[in-house]
Amino acid sequence: MSKLPMSKLVVRDLQRSFGGVQAVGGVSFTLRSGDLLALIGPNGAGKSTCFNLLNGQLRPDSGSVRLDGTELVGLPPRRIWALGVGRTFQITATFASMTVAENVQMVLLSRARRLFGLWRPAALQFREPALALLERVGMAAQADRPCGVLAYGDVKRVELAMALASEPTVLLMDEPTAGMAPAERLALMELTAELVRERGLAVLFTEHDMDAVFGHATRVLVLDRGRLIAEGSPDQVRADPRVQSVYLGGEA
Amino acid sequence: MKHRHPTASPLAKVLRPAALFAAVSVSFCIAANPAMAQSAPQPAKPPVTFSGAPVRVGEINSYTGLPAFTIPYRQGWQLALEEINAQGGVIGCCELQVVSRDDAGKPDDAVRVAQELVTNEAVDVLAGTYFSHIGLAVADFAARNKVPFVAAEPLTDAITWSKGNRYTFRLRPSTYMQAAMLVEEAAKLPAKRWATVAPNYEYGQSAVAWFKQLLKEKRPDVEFVAEQWPVQGKLEAGPTVQALAAAKPDAIFNVTFGADLAKFVREGEGRGLFRNRKIVSLLTGEPEYLEPMKDEAPEGWIVTGYPWEQIDTPAHKAFVAAYTARFKESPKAGSIVGYITMKAVAAAITKAKSANAEPIVDALAGLTIDSPVGPVTFRASDHQATMGAYVGTTTLKDGRGTMKDWHYADGANYLPPDDAARKMRPAE
Amino acid sequence: MSFLLVQALSGLATAATLFLVSSGLTIVFGVTRIVNFAHGSFYMVGAYAGWSLIERFGGTPAGFWGSVTAAALAMGVLGAAMEIGLLRRLYRSPELFQLLGTFGVVLVVQDLTAWAWGPEDLLGRRAPGLKGSIDILDQPFPLYDLVLIGLGPLVLGLLWLLFNRTRWGTLVRAATQDREMASALGVDPARLFTGVLFLGCALAGLGGALQVPREAVTLQMDMAIVVEAFVVVVVGGMGSLAGAFLASLLIGQLQAFGILVFPQITLVLVFLFMAVVLVLRPHGLLGRAEEVPPTAPATVTVPLSTGGHTGSWALALLALLAAVPLVAGDYALILLTEVVILALFAASLHLLIGLGGLVSFGHAAWFGLGAYGSALLVKHMGAPMPLALAGAPVLAGLGALVAGWFCVRRSGLYFAMLTLAFAQIAWSIAFQWYAVTGGDNGILGVWPSSWAAGKAAYYWLTLALCGGTLWLLRRAAFAPFGYALRAGRDSGLRAESVGIDVRRFQWMAFVLAGSAAGLAGGLYAFAKGSVFPTLLAVPQSVDALVMVLMGGIQTVAGPLAGAVVFHLLKSEVMSLTDWWRLVLGLIIVALVLVFPRGIVGFLSGLRSSFVRRRA
Repeated sequence: MSKLPMSKLVVRDLQRSFGGVQAVGGVSFTLRSGDLLALIGPNGAGKSTCFNLLNGQLRPDSGSVRLDGTELVGLPPRRIWALGVGRTFQITATFASMTVAENVQMVLLSRARRLFGLWRPAALQFREPALALLERVGMAAQADRPCGVLAYGDVKRVELAMALASEPTVLLMDEPTAGMAPAERLALMELTAELVRERGLAVLFTEHDMDAVFGHATRVLVLDRGRLIAEGSPDQVRADPRVQSVYLGGEA
Repeated sequence: MKHRHPTASPLAKVLRPAALFAAVSVSFCIAANPAMAQSAPQPAKPPVTFSGAPVRVGEINSYTGLPAFTIPYRQGWQLALEEINAQGGVIGCCELQVVSRDDAGKPDDAVRVAQELVTNEAVDVLAGTYFSHIGLAVADFAARNKVPFVAAEPLTDAITWSKGNRYTFRLRPSTYMQAAMLVEEAAKLPAKRWATVAPNYEYGQSAVAWFKQLLKEKRPDVEFVAEQWPVQGKLEAGPTVQALAAAKPDAIFNVTFGADLAKFVREGEGRGLFRNRKIVSLLTGEPEYLEPMKDEAPEGWIVTGYPWEQIDTPAHKAFVAAYTARFKESPKAGSIVGYITMKAVAAAITKAKSANAEPIVDALAGLTIDSPVGPVTFRASDHQATMGAYVGTTTLKDGRGTMKDWHYADGANYLPPDDAARKMRPAE
Repeated sequence: MSFLLVQALSGLATAATLFLVSSGLTIVFGVTRIVNFAHGSFYMVGAYAGWSLIERFGGTPAGFWGSVTAAALAMGVLGAAMEIGLLRRLYRSPELFQLLGTFGVVLVVQDLTAWAWGPEDLLGRRAPGLKGSIDILDQPFPLYDLVLIGLGPLVLGLLWLLFNRTRWGTLVRAATQDREMASALGVDPARLFTGVLFLGCALAGLGGALQVPREAVTLQMDMAIVVEAFVVVVVGGMGSLAGAFLASLLIGQLQAFGILVFPQITLVLVFLFMAVVLVLRPHGLLGRAEEVPPTAPATVTVPLSTGGHTGSWALALLALLAAVPLVAGDYALILLTEVVILALFAASLHLLIGLGGLVSFGHAAWFGLGAYGSALLVKHMGAPMPLALAGAPVLAGLGALVAGWFCVRRSGLYFAMLTLAFAQIAWSIAFQWYAVTGGDNGILGVWPSSWAAGKAAYYWLTLALCGGTLWLLRRAAFAPFGYALRAGRDSGLRAESVGIDVRRFQWMAFVLAGSAAGLAGGLYAFAKGSVFPTLLAVPQSVDALVMVLMGGIQTVAGPLAGAVVFHLLKSEVMSLTDWWRLVLGLIIVALVLVFPRGIVGFLSGLRSSFVRRRA
């Protein structure tokens, strides 16, 4: 790589405890545009807490998260979102009473600050761009189905479309392929990698499926009991003895 | 035992018992308790034939909200209605018909029901109501729609004074009158330190206000040392009794009634509140309140009430005999009010010789009728009837509460003069 | 000093009763998540049953306490019967439907009790051996109250043993914490729930039967206790026994000493206390955060659909309604005017419940505030009707703006109870501020201007204003605003993470709903010619809830259908029989069982299955 990619998200010494138990202790890393950074670790290692700290759902006890130099700690999730940090959830969270297209339209409306409209039907606004985004994640055919009745993997793809709708520069994906069939996983990870290349996105994702991690991530972070124990390219991490002991000793 | 999945059970299985239950309970209730069926009673066909068109009275009361008080009232007017029609109806030609409705204890429902009676049932006169606010709502409706309204039971002074109107008349002695009757007795007591306890709404507040004002006029030396305002129906008996006792009054003026009164009496006895104290109490001598307390009815309280078994005028004896024969129970204060209300309505129609509103209103103003409690006049000045109340002392006899040393306080003696009363009413 | 001690003891005796009743409520809620409106009915029937038994057997201490126990057990059996016969069929319905079902039970029980025991207050026998009082520091104190004071902690202790030392109790606790887990443990949840209802209702019955020696048994006992029990449960923290105990103690003392300091404020003291507690502590004194708000609607909801021809249907209906005065009489017009007003009232509540997932127990506050706003403008400023009507939504909206700011910071039942607290505060102001509001005697003479005085003219005016507002509300529901509100309801997490300030939308919705309800209230005031505090009281709020739930919360047309059916049903049944509560209650129970999605939900279900069959 000739051009040095820009540092998008700089995380320094993030800490958070729950009732004396340290969930995240001193995590630091940097996410650059074009990164597809995987955050892995055994169950309970603090991955989800880490995500919630990054997008403002939880407040860290100490530490800093900077996006292009702007401090994010202390901001509510919707402000962090407005600054360009998109997110998908581990347990799917969509608007179940709306159609697939409407879910995406909501994000577009929010992006355009048109949510306080009391007159024009929401369903008629931003429909075309929403369909385009759904097309991109392969959900266009189901655009008018209620989100509440979709298969799990489909919801994940809708979530991705919703995350993309706000044109984020950073995307946080909490287990994006959980509950999907292997072929679907592959497709979703390839799609994500494509988006990273196309748009210069910076993606941080957690994943249990090691094929997804080692097949697609540009770099890997390994978290154990709230601390980063390894960081590097997939090959480096795979070879790291500490990672092996955590995974073999912890989850085997 | 295996549990069926809830949603698996067929619809019919759910519905059948519910429908059966509904049908059985409704028909059973109505069959078991004919007095509760709402349509006007079907008296034994009077031997009288009527030559004119019937005159219709629309009757509204809180039958489901306060059945303990309103059902004796209903029986009272039912008896009167039967007597009236047996004696040839009104104006000597026409049957008096009553259409009765429940107001659910809500003024807005009462107004709707009044409208229904006037437009759909074509009633010529409205009567009834128990709660003051409902009485006021119907009175306002009556004035606007120019329908005569005889308010039977609401006690508020406003209905004949500050919010009085041409079309509304009230039978029962008002809060002011009853307070004035009791003040007469209270002033004779040596007590100087008084405490009051009254439900926290207009009735309680105006009763206490009048009592204080009138007593101070007669006895400038008294002072009021404590007041308690429990929520109607939610008297915290222990703390209230204790708080009253702490003020060490010589006497107490009580306005609470019903379940609150029973609680107050029990707790007061238990905590010695009434020892060596005089209690002056509004309405407590009415059988509605004394009877449920059985042998725990308070003794020696100075009260207004209705000692029905001791009133031995021929007219009253006849009323008691007819009432007990007809309903197999003793009359309550509500019964006599209901009875006189219907008699007054009939008398007004007969005097007016018309079923039209304006003549009936004119007839009601100044109308005097003979009632079981004596002559009652609807004053032309403020439309308040001069029906009085019985003032006496509570006592226990044969294990139940009653009154002794009572006398009939004629309402006419406890009303302000016509001029003063007229001034309190809004200009017409 | 001795006086204060005895006053505190009196407060403890009050607290004991409150605790018995509210512990049952909190247990039932904790496990089943059912907001059991009928809990007070079990208290009342427990008192009646206790009275009958004590009259017969209560001459000896053994007979007395046996009677009390038997009454409690009988209520337990009735509670279990209600679970099997009604609630069990509703666990899969939207949770609010259980509330509606138990409300039906309340109505039925009121009439059946009146029928069985008669209308008169019943004063029972005193507890044998405990009739007198003892002197505590020279102040006489009833012996029986001392026993009650002891009984509170005793029951708390027994319940603690039950929940911590028995297998059944452990399972119940597991189910309280995680309903899914309980079924994973191989527990039959149906039987567990039956048992819990038995226990909860037996406690209510025990509380009722224990009142017999203290006070007369009346038909008003149910509503009087149930609201207070809810206050205790919410102040203590839902599902927390210790919280209920603590809250009972506090409220008992508050009432004992409150009447010394502010004898005039007794009406609202408890509700002020609850409001303060909820503002300071989101989950009550000892409550835990709920992962899922207890009154969240069913997880899978059908999307709102604009329906292809809704517009033309609505216009046709409007034209039809506008033509009614040509054929109908005055009374029919008045009834229809009320229906139209109530439809707007119900639709405004639906905005909160159906779109926002915010269940308000105090929506009457805004209806009443609007009515009072109009009436006060007429009475005190001589305003003409149009100005007074314009003032109604403004005053109500301002009230909702203030209250809403606090309320939307709470969720689920805490939100509901906070709205109730505000409504009760508004009610007590209307009830007590004689100089301005006329107190319980209300404000009279609020009649329309002469041009609208005719029944038909006023009907048309109402139809135009309500129709217009309903149309605006409908537009708002399908506009981005309504979608944002639903987004917050469907997934607050997701909504916040895509830039939707959920609270702000809820607050706006609260104000919008309050204003619309206020307009309905203003129109109601002129329709009736008078306003009274009953317009802001709990039954008015309950009516609104019943209308919304009856119609179905998942469609915009639901509340309209609910208002029509409920109001016509009530007014017709009321004029037919004194037992209208029984009939209405049974109809509500039947509706809940047959149409668990409401009337409109049922009809659209029918239509779609019909369409599917033809396709």
